[in-house]
Amino acid sequence: MINDKMGAKELPMAGIILKDGNSEQVKTGEWRNQKPIHILENCKHCMLCVMPCPDNAIIHDEDDKMLGFDYDACKGCGVCAKVCPFKAITMENE
Amino acid sequence: MIRERLSGNEAVAFAMKQINPDVVPAYPITPSTEIPQYFSSFVSNGTVDTEFIPVESEHSALSACIGASAAGGRVMSATSSQGLSLMYEMLYIASGMRLPIVLTCVNRAVSAPINIHNDHSDSMGVRDCGFIQLYCESNQEAYDNIIMAVKIAERSMIPVMVCYDGFITSHSVENIELLEDSVVKDFVGKYEPKHYLLNPNEFISMGPLDLQNYFFEHRKQLADAMTDSKKIIEEVSEEFAKISGRKYGMFESYKTEDSDACMVILNSSAGTAKVVVDKLREEGLKVGILKPRVFRPLPYKDLTNALRNQKAIAIMDKADSVNGFSGPLYSELSAALYSQSISIPSINYIYGLGGRDVKETDLEEVFRNIIKISKDGKVDKTTNYLGVRE
Repeated sequence: MINDKMGAKELPMAGIILKDGNSEQVKTGEWRNQKPIHILENCKHCMLCVMPCPDNAIIHDEDDKMLGFDYDACKGCGVCAKVCPFKAITMENE
Repeated sequence: MIRERLSGNEAVAFAMKQINPDVVPAYPITPSTEIPQYFSSFVSNGTVDTEFIPVESEHSALSACIGASAAGGRVMSATSSQGLSLMYEMLYIASGMRLPIVLTCVNRAVSAPINIHNDHSDSMGVRDCGFIQLYCESNQEAYDNIIMAVKIAERSMIPVMVCYDGFITSHSVENIELLEDSVVKDFVGKYEPKHYLLNPNEFISMGPLDLQNYFFEHRKQLADAMTDSKKIIEEVSEEFAKISGRKYGMFESYKTEDSDACMVILNSSAGTAKVVVDKLREEGLKVGILKPRVFRPLPYKDLTNALRNQKAIAIMDKADSVNGFSGPLYSELSAALYSQSISIPSINYIYGLGGRDVKETDLEEVFRNIIKISKDGKVDKTTNYLGVRE
């Protein structure tokens, strides 16, 4: 695993990524400017928000219980808030 | 040792046959066309195992080289002029990704106006693209440098461009000494990249996004590798001398040991200059020439040391930087001399653009001018255009 304290001599040549499966290390949520808020009392756990999420950022358990958001992955697009028929997701400025 | 008579392009295609690379993607362009042409016949005849990819443009040619090299193959191609210009974007990617591709550049003028003949505008125009650049005077040097380039590239992990003069070298038939197939095969050996995409035991990504926190360090890696490649070029050249008897350095000097006035000149024109040196030596004039072989990395200490005792220098550019000052070789060499605190009166000539014939009498005029400068130390005009009609 590389880090930004490493110098030219230590870093792998030409930025080669030597290990696969590293996309999990990239926090795509870093540049979000609005974040979704889960309003539990309105939520019917219908799972309508899960499918349209482009970042797979809706966290739910095996019994289809909506648990909240993966804010490392969520880019704040607001699709989940738009599709929710029960006003159980609102968008808030970061 | 095999004695033959080959054109420069035939010699390079023959070297490529002996090297037997994994992949050769190429697109034809004058005067380099014969290289992929001859090579594709070797592919058709089954004399090589190479995957030959006839692509739709030079941009695609170098892109395919990059893909094949990243996959782990030994890769070669050839181009000229506009073809090299069209490769421009991919040249930086090849070097930035540290892929040891060997590219032959048969030097030709760059449009406009359109012209198919020789000058060095193409390779000089991409001198900062991160390729090692080797320049060749003759067919023999082209053949030898192509074989050495494979090893130099793979040891330094920097792509190598081998440059020689279009038509003058590429199409003229000269006597040449070729190495046995097995000698070349043993010399280049098997390419064993440390990391490559088709390795089933390692799952890597190459050429990823590289932003503010890392890009600078990766460029420094390339810069260091370019500096260090000088030693690799010296080592490979020594190893080549053992199998061929032909020794190559960073440059060739001709009668410079006691010369007062020296001409610095690349490629085939150096041959003409040697004839003029011999002629002027008969008159008792102390002249010599220095012919750089390696332009990238610029062996600035070696070159400046070799020039240290001259009283006047003419630096010849077969390419114009169109910068209001001088040609590229002059800009770089005069800066190198200054960096070593060497102050010698020097003059720049732009010559032979678009294949304008450079005769002995033209170069004699230059020598007579620097002989004069070596005596009075006066340079009237730094940059001059040799033989142009004003």
